[in-house]
Amino acid sequence: MKNAYIARSTDIASRMFAGETMIMSPRDSTLFNLNETASAIWEAADGRTSLEQIIEQHVCAAFDVTPEEAMKDAESLVQELAEHGILKVSEEPIS
Amino acid sequence: MLTATEYRTAAIAIGGVTVQVNASDPDFVRMLEERYAGFIGSGQEPDYEFDIELAAPADADPDADVGVFREGRTWHLERGDFRAQWDPALRRGRIRQSANPYSIDAVLRIVHSLVLAGQGGMLVHAASAVRNGRAFLFAGVSGAGKTTISRLAPPDATLLTDEISYLRREGAGYTAYGTPFAGELGKPGENIRAPLAALYLLAQGRRNTIEPVGATEAARALLESILFFAHDSELVGRVFESACELVSRVPVFRLTFCPDARVWELIQ
Repeated sequence: MKNAYIARSTDIASRMFAGETMIMSPRDSTLFNLNETASAIWEAADGRTSLEQIIEQHVCAAFDVTPEEAMKDAESLVQELAEHGILKVSEEPIS
Repeated sequence: MLTATEYRTAAIAIGGVTVQVNASDPDFVRMLEERYAGFIGSGQEPDYEFDIELAAPADADPDADVGVFREGRTWHLERGDFRAQWDPALRRGRIRQSANPYSIDAVLRIVHSLVLAGQGGMLVHAASAVRNGRAFLFAGVSGAGKTTISRLAPPDATLLTDEISYLRREGAGYTAYGTPFAGELGKPGENIRAPLAALYLLAQGRRNTIEPVGATEAARALLESILFFAHDSELVGRVFESACELVSRVPVFRLTFCPDARVWELIQ
């Protein structure tokens, strides 16, 4: 998944509070809370930056975590958010 | 043969929004006037007007849940005991229900929740009261203590409701309005308003304690307490934004209390 591109769905509502992000899917009103690390990934999910680059530039550079640990957590996060339609995942850049 | 139906009307003004209901049965209208006493408007132009047909809905399922959805401009409001259509742009709607107070009560709550959702306000499953010119909200699920905290209120506090609180976004903050929607207390709130000073998330415990709640937890708790029935992703998103906005502007506390009037010493 490290070469995947991720993008925030346009069909969601989100709000950041003191580094944490709350996200709601208006489709089924499911709520998610993202911690600071997950929020950094969420904010960087522009569809043009690969997950590997996001981990390198926005997670490892800002938090005390190894790339391997960060990628493992990120893959789990991306999978969960994608299952709820909150995050789009593609092998190609997402416009 | 042409026949004319003579309607009687009752204008029910809650939160500054007047809903006029028209029905041909004078006893039903009189019952509404008694039920919503203190919230009956007189003379002002209604914001919305509903014609009520007093008859059980066709193919009614008494156990059906609330359904609220939009087709074009028209909202459809349904439950086992009523069917209603409402066009906000035309400011008119119609309701088919039997001659009971509970159906119109539900329709009013739904209509107000939709109006407020578009304006940044909300109906909250919460008790509320005014003291020293400031409003305090006490949110919680059934059994959390909304009616208990209302009963414990000191004489100088005025109860806005023990069940459904009405919040409008006004200026830089929020204003709480009294509502006729009563819970176990069985009596409507006072028809007054005041700026919202704080939101308390209720929990019952063995002693009275108060602690601030972080914005994320507060927003989540508030969202769980907001009355909103519509299957409409755009408005659901706006309700989410409104809840987040409120907790960023109004202090939120967790209030754990035992049935003791001294809990009100913590409300400031």
